[in-house]
Formats: sequence, structure tokens, C-alpha cells
Amino acid sequence: MPNQPMTNHISLNINGLDVKAPEGATILKAAQGAGIYIPTLCYCPGLTPEGTCRICLVKIEKKKKLHPACRTPVEEGMAVITDDAEIELVRRVTLELILSDHDFNCLLCPKSGTCRLQELVNRIGFAEKRLNRLNRVAKDLPVDTSNPFFDFNPNKCIQCGICVRTCREIVGVAAIDMGYRGYELKVSTFGDKPFTESVCVSCGECVERCPVGALIPKRIEYPTREVKTTCAYCGVGCGLYLGVRGNTVIRARGDCENPVNRGELCIRGRFGYKFIHSPDRLSSPLVRAYDPLERIAHGIDETGRPGKPLTAPLVKREGKFVEVNWDQAIKYVASTLVHYKGDQFAAVSSAKCTNEENYLFQKFVRAVMGTNKIDHCARL
Amino acid sequence: MTNTIPEIGKAACIFVIGSNTAAAHPIIGRQINRAVGNGAKLIVADPREIMVCRMADVWLRHQPGTDVALLNAIARVIIEEKLLDTSFIKERCEGFEAFEAAVMAWDLSQAEEITGVAARQIAEAARMYASTSPATILYAMGITQHSHGTDNVKAVANLALLTGNIGKPSSGVNPLRGQNNVQGACDMGALPDVFPGYQKVDDPEIRKKFEKAWDCKLNATPGLTLCEIFEAAHSGKVKALYLLGENPVLTEADTNFVEEAISHLELLVVQDIFLTETAQMADVVLPAASFAEKDGTFTNTERRVQRVRKAIEPVGNTRSDWMIICDTAKNMGAKGFDFNKPEEIMEEIRSLTPIYGGITYERIDEAGVQWPCPDTEHSGTPYLYAERFTTPGGRGQFTPISYTPSAEVTSHEYPLILTTRRSIFHYHSTMSRKVAGLNTLRGEEQVEINPVDAAGLEIEDGETVKVVSRRGTVRAKAKISKITPPGVVSMTFHYTETRTNVLTHSALDPIAKIPELKVCAVKIEREIDYRTEYWGWGTGKD
Repeated sequence: MPNQPMTNHISLNINGLDVKAPEGATILKAAQGAGIYIPTLCYCPGLTPEGTCRICLVKIEKKKKLHPACRTPVEEGMAVITDDAEIELVRRVTLELILSDHDFNCLLCPKSGTCRLQELVNRIGFAEKRLNRLNRVAKDLPVDTSNPFFDFNPNKCIQCGICVRTCREIVGVAAIDMGYRGYELKVSTFGDKPFTESVCVSCGECVERCPVGALIPKRIEYPTREVKTTCAYCGVGCGLYLGVRGNTVIRARGDCENPVNRGELCIRGRFGYKFIHSPDRLSSPLVRAYDPLERIAHGIDETGRPGKPLTAPLVKREGKFVEVNWDQAIKYVASTLVHYKGDQFAAVSSAKCTNEENYLFQKFVRAVMGTNKIDHCARL
Repeated sequence: MTNTIPEIGKAACIFVIGSNTAAAHPIIGRQINRAVGNGAKLIVADPREIMVCRMADVWLRHQPGTDVALLNAIARVIIEEKLLDTSFIKERCEGFEAFEAAVMAWDLSQAEEITGVAARQIAEAARMYASTSPATILYAMGITQHSHGTDNVKAVANLALLTGNIGKPSSGVNPLRGQNNVQGACDMGALPDVFPGYQKVDDPEIRKKFEKAWDCKLNATPGLTLCEIFEAAHSGKVKALYLLGENPVLTEADTNFVEEAISHLELLVVQDIFLTETAQMADVVLPAASFAEKDGTFTNTERRVQRVRKAIEPVGNTRSDWMIICDTAKNMGAKGFDFNKPEEIMEEIRSLTPIYGGITYERIDEAGVQWPCPDTEHSGTPYLYAERFTTPGGRGQFTPISYTPSAEVTSHEYPLILTTRRSIFHYHSTMSRKVAGLNTLRGEEQVEINPVDAAGLEIEDGETVKVVSRRGTVRAKAKISKITPPGVVSMTFHYTETRTNVLTHSALDPIAKIPELKVCAVKIEREIDYRTEYWGWGTGKD
């Protein structure tokens, strides 16, 4: 909560180091604050820690059992050990159990390199013999490819539940949850239907947070540079990073620093940027020769090549647009508008354009065209 | 918005009225989810069972167009049960007595009859809103797009004043603006009666300031609003129209009339990134660059001015809108359009617009600044009206509002109310329709119809039906669901294949001149001819 006075600090001991942590913090937070690494898998900042993966287990002095660091609050005078032989062994066996039915085709996995499970295997390791004994045949469940933006491959899923918590706690939709029991446990929509038939809103927040290759974008491309900007869809104004490769925008991700969205995005923000490179984009001025009869009809075949990008400015002749160059187009507009100065002229500005453009346009209408007949779509 | 977006997540009570927040503003919808997760109370008033209803403590399902009756009834309960903030009213408001008299003339049973909401529920909502602090109100087009939209907004403001829920963090009146830069377009004076920064065009002092800055003579008569422009075009008073990035042929109310009006124009110049339905009717089409291809600023719904940065070179032979406007103006011999980059335009804006006075590209480089920001020392204003209101006396103005029915009510011939909505997968009419994946998710219009009405009309789920109003007919697939109450059908207007706004009514609010897009009377007919179906019986043919 904001404006609260500084909370009291609690002193504890982690691995023999004296550490201070704010009241209510977890052992994991305290350790991370002190630069001590504790491996985690189902932990995700911003979500309720559930402690289901048992990878972050730590020892607390004078307490029996091992405790998950991600959800155990710190206490005054607590002495914690984050790694010794016993903990290592427990973590290793836990990891082996997770690996036992995992689809190991890492080379073909799009998550390879950024996979948290890979990271843990490197950190914690496994005993090959035991793993072989545990090993069950990797699941061969069908991959859900119904969504146009991402796939769900249950064979790669480690049941950490981050996606389930994201959908419930952050998005508030709760389209997915854990279904079935025991070995059959899997992330599922209501009734185990394809994603598109569920209440899923396709915002992609779960895809963004999935630590492995289970929820994965349809196309993974890495940009050469990213440009910080603002989303062009609704009035919320989320901060975006547009990933650019060549002269093409290939990705959009939320800006974690932006106070409005703090890294989150909706379906339109995350996937809707694709209109930028739509083949329907206009790319040349078009003008049509003045022909009053043709003006009434609509749905005219504009260039004879619908859907194909235009390559030169156009003017309409005999009811059709003709491509013209910019000089011709501007001259045509300027020389025609001269005859309509005053109250026979009206203008509609755009809530999609920038402030600068709206300012210039109203200045143009008021100062050059001499009228106040300007409005935009604020009412629609 | 009087508050910032993150403040919503920290409110103790949220009252959502006329806003399908989770679909139209998903990120704000998540703030509601966050607040509810932290134990906040949620009141939703909406005829449709929208996504946030699931989390609501109270859901008031009132009839479309009866918001004033509902809000007045809530105010009455608050006054009756002495839940009002008397010290706030005494210190910061005026006009309370007249308002009280008007509200107390209202009977709860009367409200129950008009709105269709049980008096018990109204009272529960009133108690919840008045006794949980900080409380915030979110509203959107469901409040404004009525022939009495201004009354609706004032009735909302009355509630906030009555309970002192304004001018504090997490408590205020928050209209959620639609388009990414609709706030900025208003701030920049793309309105018929004001210069940038809401400075009136009919104020001689203000006009003198702009005449000096722009070195020209300025017109003192306020212009026309969007809907009035099309009326003037229809009657031939407006002969030339220059349209920037807008598609009124799909989004205006009563679009048949709009198309007719456009056909009466002598000149239509459209500047857009796509050959929209409107652009297809133009004489000149100027291809513009998209937001990823230019620099500039957008102002969001919480008044935060944020940077837009050029990520790629303009696609094809397109140009940024500001360059096209400058070139046209210069070609017409105008002075004052020599800009090399948008930053120079912002410098001119802030010299003439007091609320943007302290906004420079340098200051908003990292994070945006919220106006009012009068100078470069000022850090911006997260929430408004902390000390005084922007009325002449600085006091909050109570307005007695009486309920007026919508301009078009149901009749024997047109027995259903059509209310327009927005889908989470699309945005207005053009951009999102160009994204293949979004069309896969929702590629066609669905008329939401209650099972009760569907049974009466013998309509099956997924069947193509005709929706007919006094102004036109469209065809769309029926979606039978309890999202809409009996007697109400709901459609989006994203699809050029189903131009919903052919049906809508263009009755305007007398002050705001907003069309009544949320209420019009329609009838629904089956596309299948009953007679052929009947004659098919017994003939051995299906």
C-alpha cells in the first residue's frame, strides 16, 4: 500500500550471513536482496507464490522439514540454510521427477536457451541412473494450435501453474486451470476444449510468463533493436517496445517501466501491431477526376487491384483512382482548397494522430481555411 | 479521468457504469481485478452481463437509457440515510439545496419501475458507494452516447460530490477515453469551439493571443461538431471536407445518411493509412504513415502525455500526417508551417497552451507527464481538483437532473432495443480488421439476443437474421446468450460486412452533440422464408 511508513526490518541469518529484510518479506525475497541465489521454478514476481514445484526448499534451524523459500515469511532471528548436501539431494530428486516425463527434444524447442528448466538442470544437475529408472515415456498429448497467436504444447508443460495464476490474478479471466488428477494432471481450459472455444481473451500474458516451451508464440523472431513507444489502440496508452528487424516491426512487448501498464498488454497491444505491414496499406496518393455521377456509387473498384499495395500517387479518372506523385497530390489539394475557404469548408481531425498533428491540423483549419468547423471522433 | 490508472487498483470501492472495461480497456479492467483481489467492493451498472459482472458485489441491470433514474435513486438513498459528506458539500460545493429537492421528489419505486432494478439493490449499491472510501467511478460510452448524455455525466458527478469522492487519490470521476489520442485531440483544439488547451474561440482576449502567434485573422464563430458537419454537408452548406484518419461511413450513427451527405460534397480529401470505406468515396486520398513510422506524442485517458517514437521508415510512398499538412499549408502560401520535426511543433504548442506549458520532449523522454503542467518546474498533476474545481467560483456544482427517456423507444413494430458494444478482439473499424489473427478469433458480427426473445422469434443459435430499424437493415448471425436481458439486443460495429451503424439513431444530445448510439428500436426477422419451409413439408424434400 502507498504512503505507509517504512516497515520494520527483521534481522535473520542466511547461510551464516546476517541479512535484513522488511517485515512480511519471504525468505526468497530476503535472499535475493542479499544476493543469494535460490533456484525457483513456479515462482513468478507479481503472482501469489504457491510453492508447488518444491525447487526452492530451504532448511530453517530448529524446524523440522524443509520449507519453500518463495512463500515462507521471514522471522526475527531465523537461521536459514539455502544449500547443503541434503537440500541439494532433495532438489535434484525433485528436478528428476519433473524431468521424468518431459519431452526432451530441446534442440527443436523454441524456448531452448531461455528455458528455466534448462537453467535448473545446469544449476542442479541430475543423476542419470536414477533418472533412467524414473523415466516414463514422454507424454504424447495433442498440441493446441487453435489460437492464431500462440500454441499450447502440454508435453512441454511442467505444471508450475504460473499461467493459471496469471490468468486468474493478473488478467482476471481464469480461462485455464489445472485439470485431471495425478499423472494425468494438466493445464486445461474449461471442459478441456481448444483455447479459441474457451473464455480466453488471447492477451498472451501467460505466454509471456511460461518458463518452458509449453505456451509459446506461433512465430518466434528476435528483433535487432527495440523502440520504446506508446500503443496506438485504446486510450489507456500502454508503454510498448516495438521490436524491429530490417524495416519491419516483428514484435511488441510491454514496457515494464511504464506506470500505466507495468509491462502488461492486451491482445490488441501485443498482437494488433500487425496492421502496420498489412498488404492493404495505402502507399501512394490517389486522386480521382471530378465526376459527379460516379461519386454517388460506392464500392467502386478503386484501382482494379484490391488488396495490392499502391506504388504511386493516384487520381480518380472516369470513376477510378489514378496514382499521382506527392507533388501533384499536394498541389491538387492546395489549389482546390483555396476555393473553399471559409464556412463552406469543414474538417475532421483524428484521435489516432499525434498531438502535434492535431495541433497543426486545427491551426491549418483556423488560420488558413478561416473556419472553426473542425471536430474529431470523440463522440463515437 | 480525474485520477491516474494505477489509483484504480488501490480504491476501496469501484462503481463501473456504462463501461465494458475488461473488453474496451483491458488494462484498466485488470486494475479492477487487482482492487477486488485486495478486497475492494465492486458495483457494476450495465444492462449487459459484461466480464466484470462476475467479480461484482452488486450488479444493477438497468434498462438501456435509464441511467439518470438509477443515479438519482442512488443519490436519494444516500441523502435519506445521511451517508453524505456534509463537510465536503459545505466547503467545496454549491447548488446542493436545489439538487436535494429534485432528488427527493424521486421515489424509489418509481426508479424501480423505470430501470427494472429492485429498490433493495439500488439501496445496497448506494450504501456501498457512500460508505466505502476511497470510492471511484468509471464510465465510458454507455453513459455518454445518449440523447441525454450530458445529463448522465452530471448525474454521475453529483454522486461523487455528494459523497466527497473527488479530488483525492483513488477517488474521483473517471471517464475512460476511447481512442489512443482522443484526449490529446481534444486538448489540441480539434474541437469546434476551443483553441488548444480548451481556450474559447469566442473569447476576444484568447483570439487576440492566437492571432498574434499565428499572424492571421481568426474566425470568432464556433464551428460545427462531427454530426452537425454531416448534416451541413447533406444540406449543401458545407461543400468541402478534409478528413484525417477516420471512417465515419462505419462509425457514425445512421450511416446511410452519412453516405448520402458525403455524396453531396464537392470535395472530399481523406488522409488515412488504409483505403477505408470512407476513403473509397473520396476525391483525393493521401496515404499517411502509421504510429510506428513517426515521432510525436499521445495523451492517454489519464492526461499523461507520452512519446511516440519512429521505429521504422514510412511504408511505401507514405508520409507522416504532419508533413502532409505542412506541405499543403505551405503550398497555399500560409506562414507558420515551417517545421522540421515534431519537437518544434510541441514547442509552439506549449507556448500557447497553458496546461501543456511544462511538457517538453526532454521531460517526457523516460515517463510521461500528466497535464495540467503549467511550467517546466511543475511535475504534473496525477489527480484533479485537489483544492478547487474549474468552475468560475472554484466550487463543485450540483445539478438537478430529471430523467428523460431515450429519443427512440420501442414500439409494437420495433419491439427490441439495440445497444452497440465493442468486442475485445477488435478496435473500431479499420486497424484490427487488418490483422489476420484477430479476424480468426472474431471474424464476423454476432447479434446477442436473449433466449426468451430468440424463442419467441423461433431463432436458432448461429442463424443469420435480419436486424431492421427505421433507418435500415443489416444481416448478421444470431448469438443466443443471457448476456443481454430480454428485450435488448446488442451488436458491435467493427465489420464492414455488417454495418451496424446503418441502424443506429442520430438523435443528438443538446449540449455535447453526441449521437444516441446506445439506444435505438429494432426488430429482428428470420432470414428463412416460412412459406418455402412450410411448402417443403410432406413433399419428400427436406
